[in-house]
Amino acid sequence: MAELEHAQLLAKLDGSCRRPVLLFLISAVVWLLVGSTLALIASIKLHAPEFLANDAWLTFGRMRTAHLNSVAYGWAAMAAVGVLLWLVPRLTRAPLRGTRLLEGAAWAWNGLVAAGVVAILTGYSTSVEWLEFPLPIAMGLTVCFAVVAGAGLDALHRRQVDHIYVSLWYLTAVMVWFPVLYLTANIGIHGGLLSGVAQAMTNWWFAHNVLGLFVTPIALATLYYVLPKVIGRPIHSYYLSLVGFWALALFYNWAGLHHLVGGPVPMWAVTVGIVASMMMLIPVTTVAFNQHMTMRGHFHLLRSSPSLRFVVFAGMSYAVVSAQGSFEALRGMSEVVHFTQYTVGHAHLGMYGFFSMMMFGGYYFILPRLTGREWPSATLIRVHFWCSAFGIAVYFLALTAGGVQQGLLLLDPGVPFLDVVQATLPWLQARSWAGLALTVAHIAFAISVAQMVLGLAPARGTPTLLAQRVTSQGGAA
Amino acid sequence: MIEPRTLLLGALATVCFSLTGYVLVPALGVETTPITLENGRAYPPVLSEQAAQGREVYRDLGCVYCHSQQVRPETFGADLDRGWGRRGSLPVDYVGQQPPLLGTMRTGPDLADIGTRQPSETWHLLHLYDPQLTSPGSNMPPFRFLFDEVEGHDERALTLPEGTVANGVSVVPTARASALVAYLQALQQPPDVTGSSDE
Ligand code: HEC
Repeated sequence: MAELEHAQLLAKLDGSCRRPVLLFLISAVVWLLVGSTLALIASIKLHAPEFLANDAWLTFGRMRTAHLNSVAYGWAAMAAVGVLLWLVPRLTRAPLRGTRLLEGAAWAWNGLVAAGVVAILTGYSTSVEWLEFPLPIAMGLTVCFAVVAGAGLDALHRRQVDHIYVSLWYLTAVMVWFPVLYLTANIGIHGGLLSGVAQAMTNWWFAHNVLGLFVTPIALATLYYVLPKVIGRPIHSYYLSLVGFWALALFYNWAGLHHLVGGPVPMWAVTVGIVASMMMLIPVTTVAFNQHMTMRGHFHLLRSSPSLRFVVFAGMSYAVVSAQGSFEALRGMSEVVHFTQYTVGHAHLGMYGFFSMMMFGGYYFILPRLTGREWPSATLIRVHFWCSAFGIAVYFLALTAGGVQQGLLLLDPGVPFLDVVQATLPWLQARSWAGLALTVAHIAFAISVAQMVLGLAPARGTPTLLAQRVTSQGGAA
Repeated sequence: MIEPRTLLLGALATVCFSLTGYVLVPALGVETTPITLENGRAYPPVLSEQAAQGREVYRDLGCVYCHSQQVRPETFGADLDRGWGRRGSLPVDYVGQQPPLLGTMRTGPDLADIGTRQPSETWHLLHLYDPQLTSPGSNMPPFRFLFDEVEGHDERALTLPEGTVANGVSVVPTARASALVAYLQALQQPPDVTGSSDE
């Protein structure tokens, strides 16, 4: 009886957010495909500069920037908002309100990102990293996010639970952090208030925080939700998650200025940036330890559960990429690898190996519950997982090795610059192949998602598993 | 047990804290007005109208994603040995720049002082038209679309190797190409600027 009531409650909660969440999640997949295409073109250009070289809109500087913004504000942000809007009602036990407005926000979001990408391709980019969209577009996105945050905080206010679960801490914080960051940075930088070095500092305060205080918390909220659900056992330590949360809130905020090590900025700011980056080891270790202890004894479930496989891969990438980031900030390390492809490898391990893989895990968990269908094909999921995992591994290793080599050569003034360029080319070619693997993964994923939402997948029954399950726990995919 | 109010205020406090340190303090503290050099000139000088237009071309084509504009100080890296600058860059070099094009990648060389290192307009135009002409093996893209192909002879035409374009056709820089080169020529960080009040 209690079980039935619980199922009815979940159905009601999922029903309340179904349309906007689906809209955000599906749009995100479309942007993922757009972003992958732009990425491949940009990547090939770096080792074959004559490729598509005759038109201004296809030039490297615009393709690369259109790629970044379509995956950051199209794929990543829309997937993150979709997951947020699904998690909030589940965690507050309060149905979502204002769904019409949220649907409007999703459509507007798509229109704005499309306008922004076209603006970049036609020469209206601001050339301020991570803030390339012109001011009116950024203001539009702020309004859309305000609608999302409003709906989320409204549900929080009407919560039917006494205890606020870890995931909800992160989500609540994001609803405060992102608007403050995005609004301040855009108005300060594009509104003409800041110039010169002060503007560069605001730029990196924002660009690093958009990862730390927007993308990361939503991914961690997903981890803390999906992991215990799938393995059917609570998170190992509540207190560790508490330490992890507040340490992230405190230290991530100050880490961004390591992007300007060696640059013409006040020494104190860079030093604070480096110290905060090292302090980030604390929240990262707590998350990694908590994940490992929770998983202990349940690793065999990785063979069967798609969500778990993606989520655990993402969690492990988080530990690696964060530890790497802390040490990368140190002066000695920065001296070699800053300005090289190494940084690009690091950024992709974060945004892809950690964040995107976590979102994929979220999709595999959420979509069956929202569409009432099972994933159509275990093979497609396998192709998705292995091409993603293999692709990001090759991507990361190639650019990490290539970046270190590039950095060491740059430090030797006896090596002519063109020789440095030649040395990077094989690594850049390897990166294009890795990008191709990632694109194949995304196509497999998009086909699965399309079948789910078009009603072509089997109705809910037994979850689609990647292997026979040894012990039957829960039933969650 | 965490209360929502603790969360909301805590989140707001942490972000405002770093906003104060990294946005407000530099906005008020890092210098924003040009200085006067010993010889009486104001530094940094105002860009000519054409160079300012060239800066916009640099921005809209995304040159910043391959080129930094910040010379590392003597004790850090090999920028000075590579001849990329005559001193490390200082905050005053960027006064008034919107946006400052500091950059984060060096797929190509640093350009903070390129106007000193490579003053030749002819070289820059040829290089932009096709980097392979001046720098074989470069992975900088050609910017042919910044040039017009016109029938017959034109005195502004680039001198290109035989066979690059059809016979009787001249390659002429557009206004955008000329502006971009004027900007590159203006990119200089003179050595007699010894510091800014912030250092
Ligand atoms: C894909 C990366 C890339 C992009 C984009 C790019 N460059 Fe380059 N650039 C290079 C590389 C590599 C070199 C070194 C080899 C050479 O001279 O071509 C270079 C060299 C240069 C040089 C000569 C520097 C020196 O020390 O001699 C100038 C000037 C230059 N680029 C200007 C530009 C401008 C202006 C743009 C934008 C319109 C631009 N670059 C876009 C990669 C790039």
